[in-house]
Formats: sequence, structure tokens, C-alpha cells
Amino acid sequence: MSRLNDDNVRLAHEIIGRYPRARSATIPLLHIAQEQHGYLTNDAIKHVAELVGATSAEVFGTATFYEMFKFEPVGKYLINICGTMSCALMGADELMHHAEARLGVRAGGTTEDGLFTLEHAECQAACTEAPCLQVNYRHAYRVTTADLDTLIDDLSAGRLDGEIPAHGTLARVRQSIPVDKAAGAVPPERVGAPAWFAAKDAS
Amino acid sequence: MSSYRWAPGYIDDGDRPKIVTSRFEYEDSYTLERYHATGGYEGLKIALGKAPNVVHDEVRGATVLGRGGAGFPAGVKWGLMPAEKYPRYLVVNGDESEPGTYKDRLLMERDPHQLIEGCLIAAYAAGLAQVFLYIRGEMPLAHERVAIALNDAYAAGYIGTNILGTNFSVDIVLHWGAGAYVVGEETALIESLEGKRGEPRLKPPFFPAAIGLYGQPTIVNNVETLSNLPWLLVNGMEAYTAIGTQTSPGTRMVAVSGHVNRPGVFEIVNGTTTFRDLLYGDEFAQGIRDGNELKAFVPGGGSAPWFTPDQLDLPFEGRLVGAAGSMLGSGAIMVMDHTTDIPAAALTLTRFYAHESCGQCTPCREGGTWLERVLSRVVAGNGTAADLDQLMEIGESICPGDFPHAANEALGLAATPFPYKMTTICFVGPSAYAPVHSALTLFRGEFEAKITRRSSIPVVAVHASPASTPASAGAH
Repeated sequence: MSRLNDDNVRLAHEIIGRYPRARSATIPLLHIAQEQHGYLTNDAIKHVAELVGATSAEVFGTATFYEMFKFEPVGKYLINICGTMSCALMGADELMHHAEARLGVRAGGTTEDGLFTLEHAECQAACTEAPCLQVNYRHAYRVTTADLDTLIDDLSAGRLDGEIPAHGTLARVRQSIPVDKAAGAVPPERVGAPAWFAAKDAS
Repeated sequence: MSSYRWAPGYIDDGDRPKIVTSRFEYEDSYTLERYHATGGYEGLKIALGKAPNVVHDEVRGATVLGRGGAGFPAGVKWGLMPAEKYPRYLVVNGDESEPGTYKDRLLMERDPHQLIEGCLIAAYAAGLAQVFLYIRGEMPLAHERVAIALNDAYAAGYIGTNILGTNFSVDIVLHWGAGAYVVGEETALIESLEGKRGEPRLKPPFFPAAIGLYGQPTIVNNVETLSNLPWLLVNGMEAYTAIGTQTSPGTRMVAVSGHVNRPGVFEIVNGTTTFRDLLYGDEFAQGIRDGNELKAFVPGGGSAPWFTPDQLDLPFEGRLVGAAGSMLGSGAIMVMDHTTDIPAAALTLTRFYAHESCGQCTPCREGGTWLERVLSRVVAGNGTAADLDQLMEIGESICPGDFPHAANEALGLAATPFPYKMTTICFVGPSAYAPVHSALTLFRGEFEAKITRRSSIPVVAVHASPASTPASAGAH
């Protein structure tokens, strides 16, 4: 069984409650499923579909659109090397070739020990710090081949465990809306202008 | 990876006015304590003391231009919503992913409260009943900083019910993206927020201001745009328009990357700073690396047609740059020195857009892929002379008619101004063509030098699969 565990189901309901339509929570819930298993299992996709009131085909259709969702196991560390213009101008190809040689896998592959998956990625919004890469979406900037060796050594030795959680975990801090403060989700069916807007003449 | 804790890139040199980066000098700029200590949430208090339409008029009067790419004035956009249709929503576009662009992530990581305050001011002024803050998935640090800021702001009574004791009540919901460039397009963003594939909606006739999220009037504003509002409310419309020019007031965040001595993100005065200032100025990028010559630069993100040294003295101003054959886009300059292999550089961008096509429109899905394949084999030295014409022909099928390009004295070319015509719903298709068109128009000789074969070979004979091309191409 690889459905969401009880804690995550509670979290899922909390997140769904923030949206006027449950289906809007699809992507956040898929992230939670990926965090639990490291990738999206079929059972988890079905479970998310039940939770948001969609068919599993609809949820699968959404999930496959987005680069971050994986449908088979990936390494504990997903190394994304950016290859878009600014990084390419600053040596991204050399970095990728070095990473492939060092890890012994081609881009798209996973090392035999299951520790690393190497991928070619597109722009990571750090263009002034080229060439850049992300490990489980944590940036490293102006990376030289020597930096990359050090990074792989540190990751292999577990020296970055405190900074970089295993693949699947994104933010380690979540939004939490206190019940007594929540204004509440506003469904599209609600009639009339909001109180503050109706009271004073609006443009 | 200690850099994970501190996003570098922002450079504060010289004596320029600061609107959105004023707190970046503090290491704890993202905390509520620092925000309070530096005038935080004062703009919200001022706004709540006025009628919503007065606040709206102020934003309209200040001509706060959208910073996401299109440059449409925020105050005008808010006014496009039908008068009697409620509820209205605000969707914050934090899906920054245009090649070359690096600013919204900085604003979210280093001053999340400023963004939250901007959201609140917008919601109050335009009668927006709920706010969704959509952050790109590949930015966990931004997620964490914004989540902490939201939690603190709820606790302090700035968000939620009866904000600061008034009848203004609104929730801000942090939403996660999951990696898709096209979702930065506002209707694709709305589709994605509805839990669907991020495919742009056909428009016109209906823009999100009329029919958006759940079919309701929806404002989609960029992170930097909203981050301007607290300063505007505190300092007033006149102070805001005193900076920059009449058509482009205020400041802009601009990232200069590539072959420069000091790549960085700068908050510049809008409308007057020239590209020469930005590339060569002491307070900016300080010239081309290793004393090299400038060959070309992309003035406004990967989608923008390219400029050469001929355009260096143009100011960073939307209308002028549009007339000169390009666009400012999202404030991103990518610089190429004389050592750059121009066809290969163009390929890095075309590959990006081909990869990011959502697949809805045939000219983009097929055309972008063909552009990538034909260009790949030209770059690899396997192209034919017919390939160069074919590249332009494929481009014609995406953007019929004249495509914008810059003037070039040496080539005797006059500029073709913006905009272009397109056969696709959104700009991803044209963006795959823009680098090809610019490079071929301005540097055709470099392509011809790579042509080694005499007879034509079919497109299907070449697959874009050398070791370091995207493994997941076609995943969309």
C-alpha cells in the first residue's frame, strides 16, 4: 500500500479546506505524496484523486504535465544541471560532462547505489550565478567542476543531510492558517461584493 | 551548499533610489521583526484609512507597470473587471522561469512581507476576496520564507478576518507549482491553480479580469509589481512618479548575466538607464569579461529578439525598446562576447521553448521541435544550406509576416518593431523562433560557416539526443 499516511491525510484535508474547489489542491497534494514515497505511486495518485474528487486519470493527466513529478523511483539526490543560455554561456556543458563522468551515468540516469539521479534542467532563476545547479531543488551557484566533486563527496558522506532533505521533500516549513483567524475560502457562488468593498464606493 | 541559506546575486552599488530592495542590506530582511523596524505594514495601514477606490486611483495614477513581461499598468488591469461581478480573486504570479530572469525569487526569499503587504493592498483596493500566491515549485527556499512570513503575519493580525480591526477580511493561500515554464502565462497559471494541466486559455475574447479563476474576475499580478505597492502607499504617487520617466515611472529589477565582469541583479531607475550603463557602468556589470568585445545581447529575457552594440545607447524603456525591435520582458539581459558561438547560443534558448511547449497548438508543438532539431544538426555541423531557409519557413508558420528585429548599420538593416503576429494561443511558440530569427538575421554568416553538406536530409533523420540534451524532452 502506498496511499497517503494518516498524518498526510489530515494535512491534505487542511490544505483542501483553503480552496473554493477541492481540485485546486491537486498539485500541493501530489507534492505531499511525492514527499512520502520519493516519487508518485499509482496508489498515491488514486488516493489524491479520491481526496480532491477527480478521477485518477484526471490527476495523472495533471501530474504528467509537470517536470517535478516522478513516476518511478529516483535517487536520494536529484542533481539538476541547468543548461539554458546564461549557464550554457558560462560552461554548463563542461559541468554536465564532468558530472556524467564522475557519477558514471548519462543525464537522466540513476547511479547503481540509488544515491544520485542526474538530469539536464532548464532555467533555475539564478542566471547571474551561472553555471548553477540544484540538488533536490536547493541551489548551488557558480559551480566549477572542482565544486561539483566536493558537492558529490559531501552528499555521499551525508555531510549535507541537515541542509538537503531526500528527494520529494520541498519546503520544510508549511503555511498554517489558524482556525480563529481564517477568513475562509471564498467559493465562486458567493453573492455580492465583500463587506469592505460594498460599504465604501468602489471604482 | 551554504549558499542555500542566502541567495546571492543582488548588487547594491551607486546612489540609486530603492523601492523594492530597500531591506536587502539586512541579513534578517525576511523576518517580521526587521519588517516592522523598517516601516513594514505602514502602507497597509494608510490604505485601510482610505476608501478602496482612492487607493485604486493612486495605483492607477502612479502607472505601476506590470513587471512580469507584458508591462501592462496594474491600476488599469484592476479596472478591467466587470463592475457587478463577485467574488473576485487575486493570483500572484511567482512562477519566475523566463531564461535570464532572476528577481521575483530574490523578492520572495529576501522580503516576503513586502510582497504580502502588496497583496493585501491590492485585495483591499480592487475588492479581491481571496489571494492565491503561486510560487514556482523549484524554489523551496522561497516557499519556506513566504510560509514563515504568512504564518507570522496571520499571528500579528495582518491577514485573515477583520484585518487591523477593520471589516477588511482576506486569506492568502500559499500554492505550490511543480515545474512548467508555460504556467507563467496568466491563463495557464489559472488552469494550474484549478488543478489541471497548465495549458493557456484562448483569449481574446475573455481575459482573466473578466473570466478567470473558477470563471470569476481574477487579477494576475507579478511578484515585483505587487512589491512596489507598500512603498507607493507610504511615499505617495508623486514621489513614485518622480523616479524614472512619465511612461515608465519607478524602478525595475534587472538581472545582467552572461559574459560580463560583474553579473548581478540591480534595482535601476526605470526608463532612463541605458544598456551601455548596465553592461559597462561601474555601478553595474562593469564591462565585458577579459576585455573582450561585445557581440550581442538579449535585452529582455529569452523570448526577446537580440540586440547588438548598435543598440547600446537605448534606455531601458518599454516603448523605445519595442520600436527598436525587441522587448523588455521580465528585466533580464544576457550578454554574449565575441567568443560566443552564435548558432549554439540560439539553440540553448530554442531548445528551452521547444521543451516547454505545452503541446496545445500545432505550430508551437511541432514547429518548436522542428526548429530545435534542424538547428541542432546545423550546430553539430550536419546541416545543409536548405536548412537555414527551412528554419525561417518554420518560423513563418508560427509567426506569419515580419518578425521584429533590431536595426544593424553594418548589414544595412532597419528595425522591425514589435509586436508580431502569431498562430498560437500564447507566446511560447514565437519565443522558440525569436532567438533563431535574431541569430539568422544578424549573424547569418556564422550559420553558413557550419554548413557542410550539399544535399538536404530529412528532419526525422536527426534526433536531439546527445548526452546532455534534455532527457525528459517530450514529457509534456
